[in-house]
Order: sequence, then C-alpha cells, then structure tokens
Amino acid sequence: MSEYVSNSRLERVLKAGHLGVTSECGPPRGSDAEEVKKKGLLIKDYVDAVNVTDNQTAMTRMSSLAACIHLKLLGIEPVLQMVTRDRNRVALQSDILGAASFDIPNMLCLSGDHQSFGDCAQGQNVHDLDSMQLVQTVRHMRDEGKFLGGDDIKRPPKIFVGAAANPFADPFEIRIPRLAKKIVCGAEFIQTQCIYNLDKFKEWMRRAVDRGLTEKTFIMAGMTPMKSVGMAKYMKNKVPGMDVPEEIINRLAGVEKKKQAQEGIDICVEHIQELSEIKGVAGFHIMAIEWEEKVPEIVERSGLFPRPEV
Amino acid sequence: MRLKIPTNFRIIRLPCTGKIDIIHILRAFEKGADGLYVVGCMEGDCHFNEGNFRARKRVEQAARVLDLIGVGGERVKMYNLSSGEGPLFAQYSIEMVNKIKELGPSPIRLARQRMSKKADAA
Amino acid sequence: MIIAEKKPIEEIIQEVKDFDRILILGCNECVTVCEAGGKKEVEVLASVLRMYFMAQGQEKTIGERTLERQCDHEYLEEIRNIIDDYDAVVSLACGVGVQFAAEKYLTMPLLPGVNTVCLGANEDRGLWTERCQACGTCVLARTGGICPVSRCAKRVLNGPCGGSTNGKCEISKDTDCAWQLIIDRLKALDKMDDYEKVAPVKDWSTDRAGGPRTVTREDVKI
Repeated sequence: MSEYVSNSRLERVLKAGHLGVTSECGPPRGSDAEEVKKKGLLIKDYVDAVNVTDNQTAMTRMSSLAACIHLKLLGIEPVLQMVTRDRNRVALQSDILGAASFDIPNMLCLSGDHQSFGDCAQGQNVHDLDSMQLVQTVRHMRDEGKFLGGDDIKRPPKIFVGAAANPFADPFEIRIPRLAKKIVCGAEFIQTQCIYNLDKFKEWMRRAVDRGLTEKTFIMAGMTPMKSVGMAKYMKNKVPGMDVPEEIINRLAGVEKKKQAQEGIDICVEHIQELSEIKGVAGFHIMAIEWEEKVPEIVERSGLFPRPEV
Repeated sequence: MRLKIPTNFRIIRLPCTGKIDIIHILRAFEKGADGLYVVGCMEGDCHFNEGNFRARKRVEQAARVLDLIGVGGERVKMYNLSSGEGPLFAQYSIEMVNKIKELGPSPIRLARQRMSKKADAA
Repeated sequence: MIIAEKKPIEEIIQEVKDFDRILILGCNECVTVCEAGGKKEVEVLASVLRMYFMAQGQEKTIGERTLERQCDHEYLEEIRNIIDDYDAVVSLACGVGVQFAAEKYLTMPLLPGVNTVCLGANEDRGLWTERCQACGTCVLARTGGICPVSRCAKRVLNGPCGGSTNGKCEISKDTDCAWQLIIDRLKALDKMDDYEKVAPVKDWSTDRAGGPRTVTREDVKI
C-alpha cells in the first residue's frame, strides 16, 4: 500500500503509519449551508477527514454530496458517505463522478438504514447494488477507468474507498468472513460501528489480524462519547447491532447527572488510549452525534493532536 | 328438569360449535333474525379440541362485520357451558332475548318489512 | 402461491355503491387457499353487501359466482352468458384475475375485492409469508435455498447488513433476518465456504425493472 490512489489526506496519514482521525458531520434538515460549515470548522484542525452522512436513519436531509462540497470549499477534507437505499447504479455512478469533479477524495459505501426508520416510511427503496457491490463499483470506476456498463470514463474518479464494519452485529461467527469479503471487494479503509465493549472488539481485531486482514485494509475504530446514562441505555436497548456493556451504564449512573457528559468524554478518551495500543487499529472514527464541539477535546486528550504533517 | 325458556328463538343443532361459519350467522341476519347466540362447550373441554375456540373467533368476526354495516355487533354472542348446566342454558337464553328486546328489531328485518310493503302497494 | 388479503368492506362498499347489479366473482385457486377470495368469501361478501344496502333502503342485485380460475380464458368464458345481467363485477381473484377478466369483458367495470400481497407459503394456520419476488433470475442455489431478494428488506445479496440482531431484521423483531437464515442453512449444509463468494452486481432486467415480463414457449404453442 505504498502508492497513493487519491489525493486523500486520510490515505496519506494511514499509509504513513500514523493513527488516522475522522469525525462525522450530519447535514442539516434544511438548505442552510452555514450549519455544515460551522460544524466542519469546529473540528477542522483536529481530524484528517470528516464523514458526511447520507440521509442517516433515513431522515431526509441536505444531500451528502452538496454538504461535502461545502466542506471541501472550506479546505476541509470530506468522506462522502453513500447509501444504496436511495439511488440505482445510474445515480450512484453519476454522483461518484460529481464528487470526483470536486476532487472529493474519500467515500464510504453503506447500505443505509431501512426507510421505515425515517420520515418517508412509505417510500420505495432501491438497493440496486448492495454496499459491497458499491465498493466494487467505485473501485472499478477508479482502477479500470470504466463504467459498470463497460464504457471508458474520461478522467476517472480518484477516490479512497471505505466500507463499514460492525464487530458486534449478529451472527458473530461471520464477522471476520464478512470483513474479508468487503476487503476482497476493494475496501481500503474500514470504519467500525461505535465500540463500547472493548473485550469483544479486541477479540474481533485479533481474528482480523490473524487472518492478515489488517495488512490489506486500515481499520478505524468507531467512537461515540455518551452524553448521559439515558443515551447509554437507549444505545443498548434500541439501536440495532450496538453492544453497550453494563459497566459503562453503571459508571455513567454512578456520577451526578450534570457530570455524566464529562464522564462520557472521559470514557471515550480512555477507550481511545487503550485501543491505540491494539495491533491492527489504524485510527479512530469519532462520531460525536450533535456534539461536534467536543471532538477537539477528545482528540487532544487522547494524544492524537496535533495531526501529523503528510 | 323442566325449565322455562323464551319461545321466540329457534335452536339450530350443530355437531360441534366448530361447525359454525360466519356465513351461517350472516344468513340468519339476512333472513331477518334480530339476534343470534352460539352455545358451545366449556373452553378446554371441546371434544375436537378447539371447535369452541374457532366458534368464538367466527362470532367475533360476525360481530365486527355487523357493526360495520350498521346492524350491530352486540346482536351476536358466544356462550360456553357444560352439558349438565340446564339452568344456565335457560338463564342465557333469557338474558339474550331480553337484550335483543332492548335493542329492538334488526334494521335488516325492518328494511325487509318496508320493502315487502312497497311491493304490496305496487 | 399468490397471497392476497381481503379489502376492507368499507372500501368495497364505496366502489360499488353506484351500481345496482353487482356480481361477486371468486376464484378457486390461490385466493381460495389463502381464504381471501374463494367461494366462501364470495358468499360472505355478497351477504354483507346485500344487508348493507338493504339497511340503507336500497335494493340491489348481488350475484355470486366462483370460477375454477380467473387467469385462464376457458374459465372466464363461463360467465359470458350472465355478465350482461350485471353493471359491475367485484373480482376476488388476485390482480392477475381482475385484469384478465377486465381484458375479456371490455365494457364491464371490474373492481378488485382483494389486495394482492405476494408470492408466499402457508406457513401456519392464518399465517402466510412471502418467499419469492419473481425477480426472473433465481439465486437460491447460491444462498442455501433462502431468498435474499424477497426476504431481506434491503434485498442485500452480500449480507447481512449491520442491522441484523439476534437473528432478526432491523425493521421488526418479528421479521427473520434472511441472511441469518442463509448462514444457518449454509452451516447445516457444511457450505460456509460459499459465504465468502461475492455475489456480483445483479441483472435486474429480468425483474420488474425490465418492463412487463413474458414467457414464450414455441414448443407448446399450437
């Protein structure tokens, strides 16, 4: 993994062997770009790239691509998240070219939450491709310089391609085979689901290392600080595929309410420090949901600041 | 045991209440019945295991439909008793007849009467 | 078989209220088995409509008929001699039957009495569940005999997605995760190696996407 496939800073940081740092920014439910820019500027110097979600939880929002462009124009490197729920292969390829025209250098391929969670529960879903096939598609467009239909692309997209992994989803025994499959499809970096159960994550990571998967992809551990014990309980009980151990809940419940947020940040920082030592962890994806202002503190206290020059 | 029961209802015997279908209930109303009740064995005592449970579901189905078309779902009811409970059978029949009297004639019967009068006048 | 579900009576009443002579037309095939549009359902609907309109003081003629099938010319021909006695037909067949009847009797209003739901199986008494979406290119050989197209809410061909929890789908804890079922089957077949084979981008042109589909068999044509 020595030569660069894109102009991505994230790619350079990871390939130089530094721990990469990404964060996340959800576009607004309206057309005011200031919200995106504000969030982006808050974290600009503390991360290598900012993921921009694609209508997350199937709630209609400003398009991920448009929000990515706003960030890019401010000099902030975006990771374009793209779900296969809403667009067929024509639209997906077209948006990939659109992103590439603005030199958006990273993409994360996802299937997307089911539309029944969002504000258009009666809408159709597309799923012409699945997330792995989307990874294959971008790689095909970039590496072969061709559309899925076989025609040549003038100025093919130069995009560093990622996929998501959930070390905690069911069934556990296919977690590693599934990761391997995504890598075969061409995922160059992986951002994981939020990690709270460190033991289970370490076991997953050990298996990934044993299979040699960390030689083929960069695995960035997903981190989300808890704002309160209420949020921890909600994540444990309501969010599919989330594993929140009792001890996290007890620890948050053990401090008075107004100090719970700080405790959540502390836990997050401790987790990052602990996982930094784990073989195969290539970086962190810090998803501070509607709490972007805390990202600088987390990055600094975790010893990940300043970001390296690459 | 000689028990007094109302005389204004007809008993239709079935091998098991599980034999009853919603269409039998609807036809009774279509022909002008003001009410209908089904008497099955005690729940759990059905010789065919679930005949009386099926019957209860069908009575409920009929009640929903009758409500929907303005006839009134309260005109149908399911009772359960064991074969040795003659007095209770009598009590249920009195209860049902009184209830139907309270409700008055079924709109279907009234409609039939109006229609036949119209036909007579013509 | 084709699974259908009775339309609400209120909806049918709305559709037929302006007609005086209505034929309720059942079908002896799938809709009979799934108890939505067979002879019995014809009788019930006819009785209900008669009573409803009677209570409204309206005299309507409500006829009842159930055909062997509504998706075959020869059976639909059986009503040709009575069809003119009616102003409208409520067909309790699946969408195929309704349309086939409509094509045959051009000037007769044909109203659907059921909602056609899916291609499914009779899983239990009173429970019918989807098994096939007629995508036109069967993948079951590669997925342990469990269909990801019809049974995964995202028709993910390389699953499961991140929403699979305890064997259930993210859309509902009552819905099995198709990919959990596939993995269970692959394990039972000792074919877990197959799991890592990537399913390529699917050709959906044989699905709905390719337009109305036909099967032509020159060898059986006369």
